[in-house]
Amino acid sequence: MAIKEPLNDPMLDPVTGEYRVIAPGHTFKSVTEKVSRIVLTSHTPVGWWGGLAIAGGGVLMLMVALTWLFLKGVGIWGITIPVAWGFAIVNFVWWIGIGHAGTLISAILLLFKQSWRNSINRFAEAMTIFAVVCAGLFPLIHTGRPWLAYWLFPYPNTMNVWPQFRSPLLWDVFAVSTYATISVVFWYLGMVPDLGTLRDRAQSKFAQFFYGIISLGWRGSVRHWTRYETASLLLAGLSTPLVLSVHSVISFDFAVALLPGWHTTIFPPYFVAGAVYSGFAMVITLAIPIRKFYHLEDLITIRHIDNMGKVMLVTGGIVAYGYWMEVFMAYWYSASRWEYFMMWNRMFGPMGWSYWVLITCNIALPQLMWARKFRRNPTLMFIMSFIVNTGMWFERFVIVVTSLTRDYLPSSWGTYKATRWDYMTFAGTLALFTFLFFLFIRFLPMIPMSELRILLPQAKIKAKQEPLPEAGD
Amino acid sequence: MSAIREGTYGLLAEFDSPGDLVRAAQAAYDSGYRRMDCYTPYPVEEAAEAIGFHRDEVSLVCLIGGLLGVAAMFGLETWISVWAYPLNIAGRPYYSWPAFIVPAYEWTILWSGLSAFFGLFALCGLPEPYHPLFNAPNFRGGATSDKFFLCLEATDPKFEVAQSRAFLESFQPVSVVEVEY
Repeated sequence: MAIKEPLNDPMLDPVTGEYRVIAPGHTFKSVTEKVSRIVLTSHTPVGWWGGLAIAGGGVLMLMVALTWLFLKGVGIWGITIPVAWGFAIVNFVWWIGIGHAGTLISAILLLFKQSWRNSINRFAEAMTIFAVVCAGLFPLIHTGRPWLAYWLFPYPNTMNVWPQFRSPLLWDVFAVSTYATISVVFWYLGMVPDLGTLRDRAQSKFAQFFYGIISLGWRGSVRHWTRYETASLLLAGLSTPLVLSVHSVISFDFAVALLPGWHTTIFPPYFVAGAVYSGFAMVITLAIPIRKFYHLEDLITIRHIDNMGKVMLVTGGIVAYGYWMEVFMAYWYSASRWEYFMMWNRMFGPMGWSYWVLITCNIALPQLMWARKFRRNPTLMFIMSFIVNTGMWFERFVIVVTSLTRDYLPSSWGTYKATRWDYMTFAGTLALFTFLFFLFIRFLPMIPMSELRILLPQAKIKAKQEPLPEAGD
Repeated sequence: MSAIREGTYGLLAEFDSPGDLVRAAQAAYDSGYRRMDCYTPYPVEEAAEAIGFHRDEVSLVCLIGGLLGVAAMFGLETWISVWAYPLNIAGRPYYSWPAFIVPAYEWTILWSGLSAFFGLFALCGLPEPYHPLFNAPNFRGGATSDKFFLCLEATDPKFEVAQSRAFLESFQPVSVVEVEY
C-alpha cells in the first residue's frame, strides 16, 4: 500500500510516514479559532436559518400527527391484527440503530486508541442523542395512552401493581433509558473543556454567562484533566457493553416471541452490526454537508470518510452474513416448514419487493465501497449513506411487518398498509432530528477542540530526551 | 466557598509549549514545591506526573456506584417478583433470576456511569464559576486555548514571592504574573 502512495501527498507526515488525521499547518490557536468561530460568530448563515425553518416545518407536521394521534388513538395508523407492530416499531429500531454509531465512535474507537475519531466524535455523539430522542418517542406513542407511560417504571402506587420483569419489553425500558442517560452524560462530559474555551473567547455578555454556567468553571487544571481522562475512559468502557446490550435487548423483543422470522438466536449480533452499519451511514450523511458548508475539510478529512467507508464494509459484511444465515436456517438447518414458508414469503410473497430492496441497498450496492476511489469521493459516499439507511429501514420493515402478516395459522393472515399518519410521523421525526442538529451546530462546539489539539504534532512532548536545565535547582 | 480572602493566590508562569511546562513543573516539584498546579488546553499526562499527581479516585467511585446499581435493581426485581406482586408467567418460578439479569446489568452501567460523572466533578470541586486564576490577565485567553501554565500557590510553605518568581523566570516563561484573590 505504502509504495503506491504519491510521495508528495500533503496528508502524509514526512517524518513518520503516517497518514495525518487533520491537515498540516494547524496550530493550537488555529484549531481553537476555527471551531469556536462557528459558534461564537454573531453572523448566522442564511443557509442555517433556511435549514432550521424547513426542519421546523417538519416538526410542526410531527406535532399535528401526534395531536391527532392523541385525540383519536392508534387506530389512525395502519396497524391492525395481526400486524400490531407497524411503522412505530420499525422506526424505533431504525432510529436506535442510527444512534449506535455515535457511541461506537466515541467509546469503542477511544478504547482502541483510534485517534482519527477525534474530529467526528462530538457530532456523532450528538447524533446518538437526537436519534435516541426520535427513537424513544415511538414506543411511547405506541403505548396508545402515552400519558400513562410512567406505568412502565417500577414505582410505589395506590393500585399496588408492579411491572413484570420477565418481559423483554420491560428490559427495553431500562436499556433505552440507560442508553439515553449515559449518552447525554458522556457527551456533556466531553464538551465541558470546550465550553470553557467558548466561555473564555465569547465576546457578548450573554454568551459569556451562558457558557460560563454550562462549563462549570472548567480551568484546565491537570489534576482535573487526569480525573477527566479516567472518567472518559470509564464511560467509554461502560458505553461499549451498553451499546451492545441495547440493540441485543431490542432484538429480544422479537427473538423471545415465537413468530417465525423473529424466533432466532442470531438476532442480537445481527441487530448490533446492522445498527452500527446504519449509524455510520448517518454519520457520513451529516459529516459531508457539515464539512462542506462550514469549510472543515482540513479537520474532517477524506481519511475520515475513507475509514467510515471501511467500517461500513465490515459491518455490512456481518449484516450480509446475518441475512445468509437466516436463509440457511430456514431452508436447510431448521427443518421447520414454518421457517421455510416464512423465508419464501419474505422473498416472493406479497411484500417480497421489500426484501429485494433491502438486499440491493444493504448488500449489492455497498460493494462499490471496495473501490478506494469510491470511498474517497464525498459525493458518492453521501449518496451511498442514503442507500444504506434506506436498506436498513427496509430490513426492519421486513422483520417487523412481513413476519407478522403470515404467522402459523392461515386464517389469521393479514396485510399491512401504512396510512398518511404513519408517513407524517416518520417524516416528522426526521425533521425533529434535523432541527435538533441545526441547533447543536449553531450553539455547541461540534468538533472537540481539546481532542484535536492532542492530534497536533506540537502536542508531542520531547522533554524526556532533553536534560533539565541547571537553573532548575 | 470560604470567606473572601485577600492577598496573593500565587504566581502564574505562562509557557508556549507543553515540553517547557513539564520541565518547569518537574523542577518545581523536585525543589520542594507541593501546592501548585498546571493548566493546559488539553490533557498533558506528563504534567500531572511532574507535580506528583499519580492517582485519582474516579475509578473507585465508579466501582462503588456500579455495585450499588446492580444490587439495587436485582434486589428490587426480586422483591417485586417474589413478594410484592408475584405473577405466574407461563409457569416460570417467581424468582426467575436469569430474566432479572438484564435490567440489573443496565442499572450497573447507569449507576457506575452517573457515579463516574458526578464523582469526577465532586472530586474536582466543580462547578466553581469563580476562581482567583480567572483574574490573571493572560489566563483565560490561554489556558483553554493554546498556552500552558504553571501556578505556584502562595499557601505552599516554600512560597516566597521574590524567590519563587526568580525560580519561575529561570525557565524562560513567556510571562510570570502575580495572581490576586
